[in-house]
Amino acid sequence: MKLLLAILFTGITFAYAQYPEGKDILKKVDQNLTSENRVFTSKMVIHGKRTSRTIESKSWTAGDKKSFTEYLFPAREQGTKMLKLDDQLWIYSPSTDRIIQIAGHMLRQSVMGSDLSYEDMMEDSKLINHYNAKVTGAETVDGRPCWVLTLTAFDPDVAYQGLKIWVDKDRNVPLREEMYAKSGTLLKRLTLADVENINGRWYPKKMVFKDVLKEGDGTEFIMENIQFNVAIPDYIFSKANLKK
Amino acid sequence: MMAIKLALRNLVGAGLRTWLNVIVLSLAFVVIIWHKGILDGWDRQARTDIIHWEAGGGQYWQKDYDPYDPFTLNDSHSRVSGILEEMVNKGTLTPVLITQGTIYPSGRMQSILVKGIDPKQKIVAIPSSQLDTASDAIPAIIGTGMASSARLKKGDIVTLRWRDRNGAFDAGDIIIAGVFKTTVPSVDGSQIWIPLDRLQKMMMMPGEATILVSKQGTKTLPEVDGWRVKNLDFLLSDMDKIIKSKTAGGMILWGILMMLALLAIFDTQVLAIFRRQKEIGMYIAMGMTKRQVVTLFTVEGAMHSVLATLLGAIYGIPLLGLQAIKGISFPMNGSDYGISMAERLYPYYGLKLIIITVLIVMLTTTIVSYWPARKIAKMKPTDALRGKFNDKVFAKRIASR
Repeated sequence: MKLLLAILFTGITFAYAQYPEGKDILKKVDQNLTSENRVFTSKMVIHGKRTSRTIESKSWTAGDKKSFTEYLFPAREQGTKMLKLDDQLWIYSPSTDRIIQIAGHMLRQSVMGSDLSYEDMMEDSKLINHYNAKVTGAETVDGRPCWVLTLTAFDPDVAYQGLKIWVDKDRNVPLREEMYAKSGTLLKRLTLADVENINGRWYPKKMVFKDVLKEGDGTEFIMENIQFNVAIPDYIFSKANLKK
Repeated sequence: MMAIKLALRNLVGAGLRTWLNVIVLSLAFVVIIWHKGILDGWDRQARTDIIHWEAGGGQYWQKDYDPYDPFTLNDSHSRVSGILEEMVNKGTLTPVLITQGTIYPSGRMQSILVKGIDPKQKIVAIPSSQLDTASDAIPAIIGTGMASSARLKKGDIVTLRWRDRNGAFDAGDIIIAGVFKTTVPSVDGSQIWIPLDRLQKMMMMPGEATILVSKQGTKTLPEVDGWRVKNLDFLLSDMDKIIKSKTAGGMILWGILMMLALLAIFDTQVLAIFRRQKEIGMYIAMGMTKRQVVTLFTVEGAMHSVLATLLGAIYGIPLLGLQAIKGISFPMNGSDYGISMAERLYPYYGLKLIIITVLIVMLTTTIVSYWPARKIAKMKPTDALRGKFNDKVFAKRIASR
């Protein structure tokens, strides 16, 4: 019996000893996914119960504090603009020619019927700054070997206190993410695909968000023409730019 | 006295013309009292229900709390301590913690307010004792309006997602422990009530509250640092504004009805003075002063309102009395429009309302009766006796008939 326990213990220790440090993987993931700034056009395909809708937009992002998005398609949404500065969000609607600040209840509403809430759009910072990571296994996702990382927030202010991510072993890009509530309830699932090497970094150009508490097939977010670390003039991130 | 006797005899003698005027005027009477009675009944019901369900005897609001500004909700919570804690322990105050959350009934996302209330409280009518139940899921009670919009019923389990005081997401199941019926939409629409201690734990806000409701009948609430006192006048002011605007709308209806009735009386007076010139001349020839004749004709016109009051009382008292007892059912649901309105309204006809209405109608009738009667003062008794009195306005009016 003792021998059996010793073999089992050694086996587990050996298995964990083969896993790299979670922190190291997380750093590499952050290096790939975050940048000083980026400009991209994107398509958001919202799969509803009966039909799907596509919304095209162009976004300018600087770090995790500033972001500006202009909607280009369909005609109904064309000209709608969204500005995020720190933890504040404003939306300009051309039909009403008004700028409104999104707060309270409204932050929890989905963005144009998608599986993303305004709150989700405002969460975009380096994982290493908020989470302790532990590699808890190795699995294959879409034919690619991945490390499974369990992330626990050490920062009480972070929205999702628990994350589970599947990180491509070779490219250090997450291919799947699960976001958990403090109670451990799974809230959202994110699938990442179409990983491409852009300017020396691996980046997933397609993301599928699924609010698991909500019905529907999720929302696809496809990035096109992505440029990293380009010069973005300051006026882009101003309220005055919303009405331009 | 003689004028009254004569006026009454002349009126009754005029037959159908008098009764037509009296009927129209009595209708105006009854409709005015009925309409105002409904509004007064609604006002009384709404005030009672708001006090009963929400306002109590006044409230304390955390200094940052503004129910109309969602920006304030994240910061509007404070620890209940000192004199407030003493009042809570005495049972004269009950704390309510308010936060935002999202529920997912049948896979649909719905933003709501989550309100924490002490299950043992007796201050407001919310049946919070139903929350005093042992369950793994968080027990919650909702109003019928919320139950209908979220398609939830007693015993249903639904996932609730919220953010704690640090902004971290948390989620758990709630079980609908009860569905209550209320006429106060501000305690029903888009909100759930859960035990206060559970919400304080969920939000990491032990001992904190957003508002405190005082016991009904509380005369004054002492000022407390960090909290703002909201008395009943303030808490009922929205309802008062609705009633005021409805009263103003009702004035148009009264105005039209009164105009019809008064126009009929005015015309009757004009016609009477034109046709009864010889009679007027006779009165003066027999020794009555012109002023006495004017008074006679004015009283005659004003008597319409007396008869209308009597006629209105004959059919109005049983009709309106029956409505006051049985109530009036309205097909619309007030909570759909965010206003406190019972399914059945019981009109309230106060003595003050009746007396004021009678006086207004009598006064206006007297004025429109006096107006044409003033012409009598211009008559020459000899011309009047011969029926030769002429006046351009009178002539025009008579010619237009």
